[in-house]
Amino acid sequence: MSDHHHDHDHDRPLSGPALRVKALESLLVEKGLVDPQALDEIIDTFETRIGPRNGARVVARAWTDADYKRRLLADGGAAIAEMGFIARGEDIVVLENTPQVRNLVVCTLCSCYPWSVLGLPPVWYKSAPYRSRAVIDPRGVLAELGGPVPDAVEVRVWDSTAEMRYLVLPERPAGTEGWSEHQLAEIVTRDAMIGVAPVTVPKEPAR
Amino acid sequence: MNGVHDMGGMHGMGPVEIEKDEPVFHAEWEARTYALTIACGSHRKWNIDVSRHSRERMPPADYLAATYYERWLFGLRTLLVEQGLVTARELETGRAEGRADPAGVLRARQVEDFLANRIRARVDVEAAPRFRAGQGVVARNIHPSGHTRLPRYARGRRGVIDRDYGVFIFPDTNAMTRDKKPQHLYGVRFAARELWGHAASARDSVYVNLWDDHLDPA
Repeated sequence: MSDHHHDHDHDRPLSGPALRVKALESLLVEKGLVDPQALDEIIDTFETRIGPRNGARVVARAWTDADYKRRLLADGGAAIAEMGFIARGEDIVVLENTPQVRNLVVCTLCSCYPWSVLGLPPVWYKSAPYRSRAVIDPRGVLAELGGPVPDAVEVRVWDSTAEMRYLVLPERPAGTEGWSEHQLAEIVTRDAMIGVAPVTVPKEPAR
Repeated sequence: MNGVHDMGGMHGMGPVEIEKDEPVFHAEWEARTYALTIACGSHRKWNIDVSRHSRERMPPADYLAATYYERWLFGLRTLLVEQGLVTARELETGRAEGRADPAGVLRARQVEDFLANRIRARVDVEAAPRFRAGQGVVARNIHPSGHTRLPRYARGRRGVIDRDYGVFIFPDTNAMTRDKKPQHLYGVRFAARELWGHAASARDSVYVNLWDDHLDPA
């Protein structure tokens, strides 16, 4: 667990929630309700094993394997499970971006997010600004975060109000012809899989 | 409930700010709060919908002022007492006055399976769908004081069934009375202009997941 963010806004001195959580954990351990080793295991899972690199591998494979892409669009959960990622508890719908259609995922009511492929959501996704604006002003949000969307392109916003998770399959950027799946996975970002930004080719060539 | 958690369409919340190279957790207590909430779920005293509703019940001014994991901490403390895992006095003093039944305790080796299976919303029961893909619907104008997954911005609005996802637990009752009330879940497409008026693009739409009990034929 990294602890070098002490000056960050979301952290507070130990007198605040940090102290309350510490006291709560001690109580729950003393009562025999939780096993601290299981807590460590949960945290380690999300800090080191489940994150947007999983989703990036799914996207890169869909870009290079037409059969896989068909399976992914037909049944996202099953195709993602094929890659060995935990998706048993979730239904996942994969939304394909095209030159005509841009997809944007939000959860206006809480923080629903495709955790098996993207890990835990970033602060901005769970924040009031994003939750309030994504549905009423998606073009404004997209313009700020990933560049303006032309009027002729259709924007579809997906509000995650059920246990139905969405993963955006971004457009493969020009200039990546002949790249390996591994190289492609390196340039796929979390934000592109939420739908707020396109995938771009970095100035430095990928290894 | 018509709470501040139901944020779709609100104004004045400020810009969306993406933090570069954001860590998974910003402090140890956030990680512990998340893990404690998941681990306490293994006692099966509540379900995901009860859990969401516990966070929505945070007083509105506090909810808006709180960080994400402060809301989770509020929800967990609320559930622990309401569902009888901890007494209010234990929570206040921090001293345990009894031991729990070890049977429900989540162990490290069970974490992977538990994470994969803890949310089971799709149910294997037969239920006749009330709607079919392509059909026009109107979202009910309901204002329950309890939990609902029908956001305010969609209530009373006309949409079209985009697809039928099959039979799922109904969160609105599962959160309040533990009645799973299995029924069809749909993706419903609402034109942006139906929701937001003519300032919105005529091309755009918002897809909302809604259940049979949220909808009437248009």
